[in-house]
Amino acid sequence: MATPQPQQPQTVNEPLTAPETKPAPPKTGSQCKLTARDINFFYGQFQALYGISLDIPANKVTAFIGPSGCGKSTFLRTMNRMNETLRNTRVEGDLKLDGQDLLGMDVTDVRRRVGMVFQKSNPFPKTIFDNVAYGLRVNGIKKSSVVAEAVERSLSHAALWTEVKDKLHKPASALSGGQQQRLCIARALAVEPEVLLLDEPCSALDPIATLKIEELLFQIKDITTIVIVTHNMQQAARLADFTGFFLLGKLIEIDDTKKIFQNPGKKETEDYVTGRFG
Amino acid sequence: MAATSYIAETLGRRTNRGFFARLRGGDEISYLVTLASTVSILLIVGLIVFELWANSRPTFKAFGFGFLTSSAWDPNADKYGALPFIYGTCVTSFVGMLIAVPLGLAASIFLAEMAPPKLSNFLTFLIELLAAVPSVIYGLIGIFILVPAIRTYLVPPLKAAFGYLPIFEGTFYGLSFLSAGIVLSVMVVPFIISVSREVLMAVPVEQREAALALGATKWETTWDIVLPNASTGIFGSIFLALARALGETMAVTMVIGNAPRISASLLSPGYSIAAVIANEFAEANGDLYISSLIFMALVLFGLTIVINAVARIFIMTTQGKGI
Amino acid sequence: MMMEISATRRIVNGFMLTLSGVCTVLVVSVLFFILGYLLLHGASSLNWDFFTKLPKPSGETGGGMANAIVGSGKVLLMATVIGVPIGFMAGVYLAEYSGKTFAFAIRYVVDLLNGVPSIVIGIVAYALVVRPMRHFSALAGGTALGIMMIPIAVRTTEEFLRAVPTNIREGAMALGATKATTIFTVVIPAAISGLTSGMMLNLARVAGETAPLLFTALGNQFWSSGWLAPIATLPVMIYNYATAPEDDLHQQAWAAGFVLLTLVLIINVTARLIIASGPAAQRR
Repeated sequence: MATPQPQQPQTVNEPLTAPETKPAPPKTGSQCKLTARDINFFYGQFQALYGISLDIPANKVTAFIGPSGCGKSTFLRTMNRMNETLRNTRVEGDLKLDGQDLLGMDVTDVRRRVGMVFQKSNPFPKTIFDNVAYGLRVNGIKKSSVVAEAVERSLSHAALWTEVKDKLHKPASALSGGQQQRLCIARALAVEPEVLLLDEPCSALDPIATLKIEELLFQIKDITTIVIVTHNMQQAARLADFTGFFLLGKLIEIDDTKKIFQNPGKKETEDYVTGRFG
Repeated sequence: MAATSYIAETLGRRTNRGFFARLRGGDEISYLVTLASTVSILLIVGLIVFELWANSRPTFKAFGFGFLTSSAWDPNADKYGALPFIYGTCVTSFVGMLIAVPLGLAASIFLAEMAPPKLSNFLTFLIELLAAVPSVIYGLIGIFILVPAIRTYLVPPLKAAFGYLPIFEGTFYGLSFLSAGIVLSVMVVPFIISVSREVLMAVPVEQREAALALGATKWETTWDIVLPNASTGIFGSIFLALARALGETMAVTMVIGNAPRISASLLSPGYSIAAVIANEFAEANGDLYISSLIFMALVLFGLTIVINAVARIFIMTTQGKGI
Repeated sequence: MMMEISATRRIVNGFMLTLSGVCTVLVVSVLFFILGYLLLHGASSLNWDFFTKLPKPSGETGGGMANAIVGSGKVLLMATVIGVPIGFMAGVYLAEYSGKTFAFAIRYVVDLLNGVPSIVIGIVAYALVVRPMRHFSALAGGTALGIMMIPIAVRTTEEFLRAVPTNIREGAMALGATKATTIFTVVIPAAISGLTSGMMLNLARVAGETAPLLFTALGNQFWSSGWLAPIATLPVMIYNYATAPEDDLHQQAWAAGFVLLTLVLIINVTARLIIASGPAAQRR
């Protein structure tokens, strides 16, 4: 368990090439759920992440922002080792979940404990109930009363229960885009993940659906830790307690959201959040 | 809340998965079983080659390669020669392809280039159904409908106009190389159409548009631009059809006449490799008899494999993306 | 000055269009021709006896092909059991586990296997099953047809599994499912309609095969019990009756041909319609 770090002074004009190793300062009293130290990531010969180090505090929302292709999604996928499903990838560095070595653990356990919601909703071609129940069943929980209760609970957390409680056994494909994404959130929540990773979950949705999802993310902070990648800075400003800015595979800065947007320490961060480049 | 701690407990307990837990997860087993199935297919192919070769050896030992050039076929005297059958196979396939290729190409051009998409898809659907008709049904139609029709409507004018040619010599009784060739052409045309159509449709739209924009007619575009582009693939489709024609058994057996003779005339009865095996294998006694039939099967096998192998390479190079 | 396209070119264009259209119509009409004749000659000979009675010698009335219909069913069942699991599992391997070059090589070999004439496969089944057992059997027939079912099972499985989006696979793995669990509980169910229709097409294709059965399953005038005895099948009966001299047997051949073709075409059309309306087609 990492101890709370004091805030370190930040120089404004540090050169872009020097890798950052400063961890994020967590709020007093909350612990660090997930810590990363010097994470390098390679697609074959190509290096996509350079020395990422940060702390994800428990029961808070941390957002990753940055222009396209800056590595924020890549890093997100490192946290639940989804990149291992691709060929020829390599991770270096240290990644700890509650102090345990995440890279050395059994990968299916990692993925159960660190859940993910994808950019494009991907409900299985099954019923709504079976979608939410899938994670439980696959992880060995089959008792129908337990499953049914878990399904209801997760759908409630995902603000979907009232809309689907009468059609749990209809196919998930019948739901609207926004509902499907909430279904995917419920599905991820059902296995009680300690961290929930969301990769631009609202990018394919209309503003109303987006609002519904942002609201529910606020609510579920209590039951899990949230890390969200977003290209929408306003969303980060609305949702996140902490925000990290990625650029060209490096973590430029990570801090309290207010500070990042109102008084960023690095020039690159300031340029980005003020819209000088997108 | 009792359920929550149950879930958390159950899931938490699974953190350190031992060997048996991972085994139950199934990854290793699944990989091994599917890999084993794949490998066993290779083994089956090897087995096919082996069985054919091993069972041909008696004949090979007795006659050597001369078996393939001899036309002595006398089971009672235990003398065997494959030439009449090789001849019949080649002749019927040649006649079949001669009819099917122009017909099939013309139809595939119509379907790929000229017809509106809905019509094209519908007609292609029907033509693919033709490919699904079993061989024995073609044989049925062949014996009772086609052969009498050929005898009544095709042969008289043919003999009247070309009777002096050696290929149209002699009396026509019905079962013959010609009949077999015609039945084969009907069976093989759907394949030519199906593959050629796909190959033609794979030619990029930009090529056609370039020609049309210069004022070429639809036909000119097709003939000068699209066909040359697709030519390798079309050759591939022709080879595929040829391989099919060579191995075609039932329809040919039913209309070829089953006479192990070599004759220049298409109107005379004949025999093919597949037909003689179909007719005589079940009752064949004696090692040499059986192994002669199997040797011919080996020849047929080798021939179709080679033609198919070449055909697929042709088709792959056209489509670029591999089969 | 070429203000208008020359008359010759226009005529040639129109002529070629018509000619190719005529060729197409010619080819398609063969299908209707076959169907029509079978309907005419065959349907009229169909009666309840055909489906329920055993064959009777020529001259006697009231015979049928009940044993051949059941026999075909048994041999096809055997073929499915032998050929489909191997082909299916290999297809799973190619779609989910294999590297590119190995997959290419296997696909190529499988396509070559598909091109082997059915009578050659029959000989191999003879050598593998009939000779050691010293008699003909449904097992031998099933082996021959089973081997023929493998290539299409492999290609169909691979094609339809590949069509399932990666998105869905990732969704399952992100919940902690192993790769195997993902494949069998998510990917395969997602592809199920394509897989079933592929199976149907495969079955329809071997259902009409005659040549390999001529010296593996052989034939039987009576009911065949178990799997190790010679057995009558519909295509072989058609062949035997059509090539016999007696006319009433010819009638039976037409009837059987009608039944066989109807079955094969119904399965084909159903399967193709399922594929055409399925998720894989919609994504194209």
